[in-house]
Amino acid sequence: MKGGVESGAKRRRFAPYGLLSPGVIWLLLFFLVPVLTLVRASLSERPNRFLPSELTFSWDFANYSDALAKFGEQFQRSFVYAGIATALCIAIGYPLAYVIAFRGGRYKNLLLGLVVIPFFTTFLIRTIAWKTILGDEGAFVGLLRDLGLLGPTQGLLATPGAVIGGLTYNFLPFMVLPIYVSLEKIDRSLVDAAKDLYSRPSRAFWKVVLPLSLPGVFAGSLLTFIPASGDFINAEFLGSPNTRMIGNVVQNEFLVQLDYPTAAALSIMLMIVITAAVLLYAKFLGTEDLTG
Amino acid sequence: MTATTGTVEGGKAPDLERVFPPPWLRRVGSMFLNVYAGFGLLFLFLPIFVIVAFSFNEPKGRFNLVWQNFTLDNWKDPFAVPELVDAFVFSLKIAAIATTIAVIFGAFVALALTRYRFRGSGAVNLLLVLPLTTPEIVLGASLGSLFILQVYPAPVPQTLGEGTIIIAHVMFCVSFVALTVKARLRGFDWSLEDAAMDLGAGPIRVFTKVTFPLMLPGILAAAMLSFALSLDDFIITLFNASPDNTTFPLYIYGSRQRALPPQINVLATIILIVSVVLLASGVLFGLVRGRRSGVKAATPMIIMPPED
Repeated sequence: MKGGVESGAKRRRFAPYGLLSPGVIWLLLFFLVPVLTLVRASLSERPNRFLPSELTFSWDFANYSDALAKFGEQFQRSFVYAGIATALCIAIGYPLAYVIAFRGGRYKNLLLGLVVIPFFTTFLIRTIAWKTILGDEGAFVGLLRDLGLLGPTQGLLATPGAVIGGLTYNFLPFMVLPIYVSLEKIDRSLVDAAKDLYSRPSRAFWKVVLPLSLPGVFAGSLLTFIPASGDFINAEFLGSPNTRMIGNVVQNEFLVQLDYPTAAALSIMLMIVITAAVLLYAKFLGTEDLTG
Repeated sequence: MTATTGTVEGGKAPDLERVFPPPWLRRVGSMFLNVYAGFGLLFLFLPIFVIVAFSFNEPKGRFNLVWQNFTLDNWKDPFAVPELVDAFVFSLKIAAIATTIAVIFGAFVALALTRYRFRGSGAVNLLLVLPLTTPEIVLGASLGSLFILQVYPAPVPQTLGEGTIIIAHVMFCVSFVALTVKARLRGFDWSLEDAAMDLGAGPIRVFTKVTFPLMLPGILAAAMLSFALSLDDFIITLFNASPDNTTFPLYIYGSRQRALPPQINVLATIILIVSVVLLASGVLFGLVRGRRSGVKAATPMIIMPPED
C-alpha cells in the first residue's frame, strides 16, 4: 500500500471511493438522513391528529419540554436501570472474561463459544424464558418463599429487579467479549514482571492488569448501556406499568398514538443523553482516544 | 495459571505483604474466582435450558409458560402452526437477502478501509460505528419516520412492507460486516497482490485468486453474524414492517397476548443447534488454519474495542 507502483497510482486514488460508495451511500441514505428526518420531526407540529403523518416544520421546541414534562419519570428510570444493569454486567462479566483469558488454557475457544451460544436463540424467546423462570409457579419463587425470603403472595415478576435482571442477562455477552479481547492482548511478561515487583498478585492485578483492560470495560459498558437504555422488551415482558422505560414510551407514541413529534423528541433526547454519558464516562476512565 | 507463589528470591527478608495472604488463602480465593465465573456461565445458560426443556412440554391451554408434562409431540410436528411457519420462512428469506447485500457492500467498505489510504477514511469509520452506538429504538423510529413521512421519491418504498424491512436490515448489517471483515483483514500482507500483478495477473484475477481468498474467512464469519442478527432483529423491524409482514420475532411478539405454542421453542432450539454447529465448524476451521483469530472471527467480533 505504501510502496505503490507508479502506473497503479491513479487507479489506487479512485479505487477506494468506488469500493466504498455502495455501503457508504446506503448508510447515508438509511441511517444519517433518517436521523436528520427524526430531528426535523421532533421540531414539527402535527396540526391534524387524524392525519398523523402530515407534519409542519416549525422549530417547535415545545415538543421537547412537553415530552420531558410528561415522561421525565420513564426517562430517568431508563438510565437508572441501564446504569445498574451495566454495573452488574461488569461485576459478572469481568471475572468471567478474566478466568477465560488467564486460566482458559486450551479451552479458551470453547469457553468463549459458550458465552456466545445462548445468544443464538431469539432475544424475545430468551426473555420469555426468564418470565417462566421468575414466574409465580416456577421453582425459583417457590424456593424463595419456602426460605421465607419472599412472602407467600410476593413474586419476582413485575418488579424493577426483574427488569434490571433481564437487561443484565440480555446484554452480558457484549460486556464479556470486549473485556476478554483487551485482557487477551495484555503481554503476559508484563504481568509476571509486575508480580516480581509488587509483592502480591492482587496488587499486580490492580496496578497492571486492570488499567490495561479498561478499554475493554469501556467498550463493554457502551455496548451494554446503550441498548439497555433504549430497550423496551425487558420492561414489557418482565415488568409492570410502574417499570416502563423510555423505549416503551417511544414505541407507544410512535406505533400506537402515532404522535411522531413526541416520539422523535424523546428519541433525540435519548441520543443526546447517551452521547453525553459516553463522553463523561470516557473522561472518567481516561479513555477519550478510544471512542473514534 | 493459578496464583503464583509469593516467595522471595535474592535473600531479602520476606516482609509482611509477601507472607500475608498465605498460599492456602490464595488458593481458596483463586478457586472462588473460578466458581464465580462458572456461575456466570450458568446464568447465561439458564434460560437456554428452559427454552429447550419447554420444547418438550405439553402445555395446558394456549401459553407454554408453565411446566406440565413431557411430550415428543411438538418435535414430531414442529410445523403445526402455519402462521408460525410462514413467519419463520419469511424471516429466513429476509435474512438471506439482507445478508447477501450487506456482505457485498460491507466487504467492499472493509477492503477500501484496510487496503487503501485515502481522505475521509476517519469519517467513514465514524459512519460505520454510529449505527452500533445508537439505540435500536432510535434507529427503528428514525428509519420508520423516513418511510412514513415519505422523504424519498419512488424507487425507495413509499409504504412499509418487505422492501423497508430489507432496507433496515441491510443498514445495520453493513456496519457489522464491514467492521468484522476489517478486523480480520488487519495485518494482511498486501504485497501479495503486487506480487501476483508482477507475475502477470490482471486486476480481476488478482482479486479472485489472491484478495478474495484472503478475505473469505472474514466474509464467512461476517455473513453468519449478519444472518443471525437479521433473523433475531425485533425492535428495528417492528418500526419498519406493515401488519402483513410478520417475521419470526414479530410473530412471537404479536402472539404474546393470544397464545405461545410450544412450536416456538422447537424452532428456537433448531436455530440454536444450527448455530452451534456452524460456530463449532467456524472455530474448528480457525484451529485447523492455525490462526488464533479463528475464534475472533467466529464470535461476534463487532464488539471488539477499536484498536488503532
